[in-house]
Amino acid sequence: MELFSDRLKSFLRGPRPPAEAGPPANGGSAPGLVSMPGGHEAPESRPSRGLDQFFGSFRDQTGLSILDLGGAHQENVNFITNLGHKFYSEDFLRIFQETFGEDIADQSNPGRIDYFLRRSLEYPDEQFDGVLAWDALEYMEPALLFATADRLWRILKPKGYLLAIFHSAERKQRMVPCCGFRIQDPRTLQVSRHGERAASQQLFNNRSLEKLFHKFESVKFFLARDSLREVIVRK
Amino acid sequence: MSVWNKQRREEEPAVPLNTNTIRPTPSAPPVEPKKEGTTLSSMSSMPTGRMEPETSRGGSATIGKAVKINGQIYSREDLYVDGDVEGTIELMDHKLTIGPNGKVHAGVKAREVVALGVIQGNVEASERIEIRKDAKLVGDIKTARIIIEDGAYFKGSIDIVKSEPKAAPSQPRPQPAASAPAAAPVAVAASASDAKR
Repeated sequence: MELFSDRLKSFLRGPRPPAEAGPPANGGSAPGLVSMPGGHEAPESRPSRGLDQFFGSFRDQTGLSILDLGGAHQENVNFITNLGHKFYSEDFLRIFQETFGEDIADQSNPGRIDYFLRRSLEYPDEQFDGVLAWDALEYMEPALLFATADRLWRILKPKGYLLAIFHSAERKQRMVPCCGFRIQDPRTLQVSRHGERAASQQLFNNRSLEKLFHKFESVKFFLARDSLREVIVRK
Repeated sequence: MSVWNKQRREEEPAVPLNTNTIRPTPSAPPVEPKKEGTTLSSMSSMPTGRMEPETSRGGSATIGKAVKINGQIYSREDLYVDGDVEGTIELMDHKLTIGPNGKVHAGVKAREVVALGVIQGNVEASERIEIRKDAKLVGDIKTARIIIEDGAYFKGSIDIVKSEPKAAPSQPRPQPAASAPAAAPVAVAASASDAKR
């Protein structure tokens, strides 16, 4: 009850101003974020098998096109360009927030879905060898989510990979943490929590994720600590 | 030469300013194809068709926030844009800074680009580009080095192009401008300011 009260207060207070020297860039300045009680948390390094698998699949290749949906982080830009790849950036959640705000019903409107996808994922078919979606898909309602998965399938090249992260398979809470993901090395992510977003009504257990990515050739799951679920899908 | 002129010369910066820049005369009326606002205080007077603004920012030209330009800008010195520019901006061996009020809808080519405002267009920065906090850049970037501050918005692609090391000068320093041909002063001034960096 106290936690709920804190969250309500936090919601009513609105987003906190960005910290002076705070770490997050991704989404941290995006409107609509609800600050976490206690504000920004210190970034945490954690091993990521999904990331390892993602870049392992591109080993010994250069000149690939990698799309990062988490906005442009210096670390990710450096890591990907140092591998000799071309880095593409979309601040997906910012566009999501600008397009839909808190209006969940709007996420079922075909016109709005089309508008959103034109703003955020307007790329030629089979443009990318890899897409780092991070947790961007976790906040979407089913109609928008499936349309987005379909668009991601289209813009990926055959044999291309997508990495997505989901915080929990079961949806028990109304809010889920909002994170920035920075690549430290091919096996380690630095995760900074900087707020919460309303959770989607969509479940993200194995079965629902297989259904979501049914057009892809394979779906692989990695369960990390704190119920974090990393998913690698291959077109 | 009068004493007054001597004093003025002493106040000028040690590094010679680009001699290609057209200095404003105090009484010259401002000329600008399109402008918003009432003043052109930071913009030099210039002949029609030339976009070489006043050197008011320590050796760089400035386009003030009340200025709007449609067209092509070529500059042989650093340029600070705090107004609106639509078209193209080419600085080649110099630095372009888009101020916090700057809105550039243009293709940009420069040695170095620092964005604090908005750029919509493709950017080629032969040395480096900095996208500062609160800046917004929508376009494709080609550069040797990129710095993106937290809070910056970037949509587009980044192509890292390793810059070729500059060939060592095979000739001694150029002769003083006085004995050089007509175009030489610009080159001398440019190389002097490069050396400062």
